[in-house]
Amino acid sequence: MSERFEQLLAERSRLDLPGAGVDWVETIRNENARRFEELGLPTPRDEDWKYTNIEPIARKSFTPADTGESLTGRDLRAIAIPGLDVHRAILIDGHYSPTLSNAGELGDGVRICSLAEAIDEQPDLVQPWLGRLAAEPEHGFRALNSAFLQDGIFIWVPDGCRIDTPIELCCVQHGEPEETVSQPRHLVVAGEGSRLTLIERYVSLHDKRYLTNAITEVFARRNARVDHYKLQQESTKGYHIGSWLIEQHAGSHVMTHNAALGGATARTDIRVRLDGAHAHCDLNGVYVLNGRQHVDTHTKVDHCVADTSSDEFYKGVLNDRSRAVFHGRVVVHPDAQRSDARQRNKNLLLSPDAEVDSKPQLEIHADDVACTHGASVGQLDDDALFYLRTRGVDEETARGLLTFAFANDVIEKFELPRLRHYVEHELTSKMFSIDDLEEII
Amino acid sequence: MLSIDNLHVRIDGKAILKGIDLDVGSGEVHAIMGPNGSGKSTLANVLAGRENFDVTQGEVKYLGEDLLALPSDERACKGVFLAFQYPVEIPGVSNVYLLKAAVNARRKYHGEKAIAAGEFLKLVKEKVKMVDMKEEFLQRAVNEGFSGGEKKRNEIFQMAVLEPTLAILDETDSGLDIDAMKIVADGVNALRREDRSMIVVTHYQRLLDYIVPDRVHVLADGRIVKFGDKNLALELEKEGYGWIRDRLEREPGAATR
Ligand SMILES: Nc1ncnc2c1ncn2[C@@H]1O[C@H](COP(=O)(O)OP(=O)(O)O)[C@@H](O)[C@H]1O
Ligand SMILES: [Mg+2]
Repeated sequence: MSERFEQLLAERSRLDLPGAGVDWVETIRNENARRFEELGLPTPRDEDWKYTNIEPIARKSFTPADTGESLTGRDLRAIAIPGLDVHRAILIDGHYSPTLSNAGELGDGVRICSLAEAIDEQPDLVQPWLGRLAAEPEHGFRALNSAFLQDGIFIWVPDGCRIDTPIELCCVQHGEPEETVSQPRHLVVAGEGSRLTLIERYVSLHDKRYLTNAITEVFARRNARVDHYKLQQESTKGYHIGSWLIEQHAGSHVMTHNAALGGATARTDIRVRLDGAHAHCDLNGVYVLNGRQHVDTHTKVDHCVADTSSDEFYKGVLNDRSRAVFHGRVVVHPDAQRSDARQRNKNLLLSPDAEVDSKPQLEIHADDVACTHGASVGQLDDDALFYLRTRGVDEETARGLLTFAFANDVIEKFELPRLRHYVEHELTSKMFSIDDLEEII
Repeated sequence: MLSIDNLHVRIDGKAILKGIDLDVGSGEVHAIMGPNGSGKSTLANVLAGRENFDVTQGEVKYLGEDLLALPSDERACKGVFLAFQYPVEIPGVSNVYLLKAAVNARRKYHGEKAIAAGEFLKLVKEKVKMVDMKEEFLQRAVNEGFSGGEKKRNEIFQMAVLEPTLAILDETDSGLDIDAMKIVADGVNALRREDRSMIVVTHYQRLLDYIVPDRVHVLADGRIVKFGDKNLALELEKEGYGWIRDRLEREPGAATR
């Protein structure tokens, strides 16, 4: 089933890859190429891919996306989050665009640049971290990304440095031909006591079939605070496989906010290693599906040491014949006493043909822990709908209002108000043909 | 205003209303009394447009129009209001959101533009005082965690904001202590007008000491078995509903009108 992807792998030789000829970089590539050949693409026989069949992806002959075209001012405006002030880094079809990005000059030793540039110019900053969390690829897609090790963003925040303005990393799908693949590779190192907000977006300017296969490695060092947003807004025909691999040191706090809105088939892995006492991670997310979309969210939190905590809350809204998978794993390692792990997943089905598989999985190898989890699937409350309608609210608006109310307690946790409004708007305009919900709320 | 003619309603195949006739003139207040399970809430809900209730016979005219042909939101926009016996909790939707949506839905329906924020705020603040509730209450999710009495007052508050033409109050008095009931009754009386009619469903006579009805109807087993003026309520208070049951058992189906 993976033959076409083996052909894709062979195309590496034709590409101008970052750090070509640099030993440690080539070692990562070659090791992962070998791993890809062993692993192949995941199949439904793999427990972690049981409900997500990637055969439609495997059947296509994807070719690496070329260095993309540039974007016009109009393109940029079309994808901007209204009113949100950001430092912007832009990747077009997986290639960093220095001319459109304006995140370069932050001073104080902060580095925000392309990964390729960082490998060339400051390998001492990159080498200790790059690939550390992806060394043992869980599945073929990750091995494939590392076998190419293409461009992406590199963010280095020195110890004690606070970056107050969010950094928006926009991965834009723009290229002309059908069936291209881009494999962004990002690396974020937040120094001790530093502060960073990163908004990672995947957007498309067309509705062609393509594949994004991304990896983001994040290191939150002692007492760092990282707010990491992901907006997955791929085209309705796009495929998205993305991994967030996060390592947290003592006292660090990472908030992940994940909104999955687009894609024909999309899978997001979030892996968090809580590796120092009092490290805390929040995992919030919402997935909003219609048509025949398939969105899989697969999270795993490792409580590796004592006194760590995690709080996960995901909500899903599904319409039409869409299907969602939520798999939340929490592993409490033998020495991780006093771990505190919470997990909740709630789903709202707006159509009888929509389907969700929600699978919480706790593996607890320590005895003094507090772990809770809960999952639910429900429909809109008919009594609440009737109540709203007796107040004059038409059916579509009433459904929109109740759906919005359902999703809102997760979206409310998004700390940037402009971003929150944007996601609220994307949700309601995607699911309902109502224009004046914003008037109301 | 409202004219119900030989209304038959089934729920899940079971006959619940078995031929209701009722005429409510403009500005009138009609009380509907009767034992539990007699069909009072069913009647109220059918008038408001509950969908899974089957009207198998009869018709309802409201301001000369076929009320049953309209979806519930259109009925509301035309001035029908139901104060629920069991108001629904709607987590995540605040009282103000709901009211603003309701006010603007009406305006849109009548081709008017949305209400200005300031005007709306003034309106709700004025009305919330009327039911003796704090302003914080506006920001709370609709009925969520409200006490029984707060839920009932919230219904009256909504009615006051929406100013319906036909208000149906389904046991708004039950579960209220005497002070809360007076607040509700004062709210209702303040809204009495020549061009506004009300149907007050109640299980007890008590409320009718405060809201004096023009007509009283007794509903039993899906039929109106007796009607009269306000004195009928007093009579019922004295005699209870036992006589109705006796009579229905003696001559099933032969209720007097
Ligand atoms: N949603 C429903 N489904 C099935 N039966 C119902 C429903 N609502 C009411 N009923 C039945 O209809 C009858 C009348 O109920 P209701 O109108 O609530 O009476 P009342 O308000 O006079 O107490 C009762 O026998 C009740 O069990
Ligand atoms: Mg009742």
